[in-house]
Amino acid sequence: MSNIIKQLSIFVNNEPGRLAYIASMLKDCNINMRAFNLAESTEFGILRTIVDDPDTGYDKLKQKGIIVKKTDVIGVYLDDAPGSLFHSADVLGKAGINIEYGYAYTYKDKAILFIRVDNPEKAVEALKAQSIKLVDDSEI
Amino acid sequence: MFWNPKIECMPVEELKKVQYDELKTLVTKLYKYNQFYRERMDSKGVKPEDINSIEDISKLPFMFKQDLRDNYPTKMFSLPNNQIVRYHVSSGTTGKPTLVGYTEGDLAYWTEALARSFTSAGIGPEDTLQVCYGYGLFTGGLGVHYGGEKVGATVLPASTGNSERQIELMIDLGVTAIACTPSYFIHLMDVAKKMGVDFRKDTKLRKAILGAEPWSESMKKKIEEGSGVETFDIYGTSEQAGPMFTECQCHNGIHIPADIMYVEVIDPETEEVLGPGEKGELVVTMLKKEAFPLIRYRIKDITSIDYSPCPCGRTSPRIARITGRSDDMLIIRGINVFPSQIEYTLMQIPQVGDQYMIYVTREGALDNMTLQVEIKPEAFSDNMEQMLKLRHHIESELKKYLNIAVAVELKAPGELPRFEGKAKRVVDKRVI
Repeated sequence: MSNIIKQLSIFVNNEPGRLAYIASMLKDCNINMRAFNLAESTEFGILRTIVDDPDTGYDKLKQKGIIVKKTDVIGVYLDDAPGSLFHSADVLGKAGINIEYGYAYTYKDKAILFIRVDNPEKAVEALKAQSIKLVDDSEI
Repeated sequence: MFWNPKIECMPVEELKKVQYDELKTLVTKLYKYNQFYRERMDSKGVKPEDINSIEDISKLPFMFKQDLRDNYPTKMFSLPNNQIVRYHVSSGTTGKPTLVGYTEGDLAYWTEALARSFTSAGIGPEDTLQVCYGYGLFTGGLGVHYGGEKVGATVLPASTGNSERQIELMIDLGVTAIACTPSYFIHLMDVAKKMGVDFRKDTKLRKAILGAEPWSESMKKKIEEGSGVETFDIYGTSEQAGPMFTECQCHNGIHIPADIMYVEVIDPETEEVLGPGEKGELVVTMLKKEAFPLIRYRIKDITSIDYSPCPCGRTSPRIARITGRSDDMLIIRGINVFPSQIEYTLMQIPQVGDQYMIYVTREGALDNMTLQVEIKPEAFSDNMEQMLKLRHHIESELKKYLNIAVAVELKAPGELPRFEGKAKRVVDKRVI
């Protein structure tokens, strides 16, 4: 039980067919993605994904020669309503925590925002103190 | 250990006498029987009588790659076909391929040179030598093969390709020495790693004879640290015969047996002969060559000559690691850039892997150089800013060393092409 979630970050060359290749590797490794995001520079990108079993997924991908890293992120439940992002972001801002990047998805009336922050432990503490619900790693 | 101690350790003054005798005989014979070289000598007004010491070699005219091409296939040969026992065809690193013919005598000095070289590298009857140079038209495979057999090593003619099988054989047969291109050796290191094979623990491999393409001192260090093998630089081109000359165990340059090849280094612009240690274009004379002449041949390789005595006891001159070819020099926005400089710079950066590719394009009147670089898995960060910083760091290191702006693209390990023969890392797409 932890509010710190292990995200897999994968290096992807920015060329036609590369994402399909990585996707096929994820399939071969039987990895189920719950959420993902692509960040790109000119010649490469970083695929960031929340998966059902990050430790096993990490080992399997590594064996396949994929460049992958485990990164700590936190998942924040948001109401699918105006102002809910402001509430969480404001708490972190006031606690002096910097958000490096984030990505969100909505499902029915709920939304989850995955964020990478400079100090995950402190972020969890601050958000919890304001009764903001966080995703537990057992829920993934 | 020496293969031929008498000639290998002969005092320099005596060696000069041997060289002079060889040259005099050669030039006299060529003037009489070889139309191409007689005309070349006449055009410079030199006669065999003008050669009265080895230093007089500088009176002789140069030969060029173009001469071999213009006289393709056999117009330059001194001897009829019944004296020629083998052909090789050069890989044509730059431009058209050239034909090389061998008499029995040519094969003999080639093998003799390699036997001396391998012995100087400590390779002998106890060794099993895996030859991963291509067998066939390319001189590498067969040349090294016969040299290995000559010193009594057990030779495994593995040729190129099928790298997993190569590594299995290396383990099963207890291979102790390997001969291949440095880029193929790096490829084998990659494959071994994927197979879970550690060269240090799982194989008996201790020596690697690497060459046929320019490679840097930092690449050497990387290979030795990564695999635990001692590497020996080998030199020799198809025009000369094939790969022939290596470093000895002192590792301070490639020994050039003085009775087989005479070396000079010249300034490519002024054609002036340069002194010891001065870097320039190598000019070679094959003193024992029979099938066709190779006299003061402008081979275009960039190096310098060291005449100081080597602690190993050999008295032959040594040439420095080939740092490039005067014709593979790229001119980028008017600045001379050798691919070897790029390699040297990259290999100093710990996050950079072993593979890279150089692309040159022209947009309008401007040359652009793009470098694709594989990074090491450890160098990958989830933080985009860190990644961009790494890219910038590589760019600024290159800029510092080359004096031109280079665009760097970061690639994942395994993404860039691997080469089994000679590496072709430069793609010049400029249309001029």
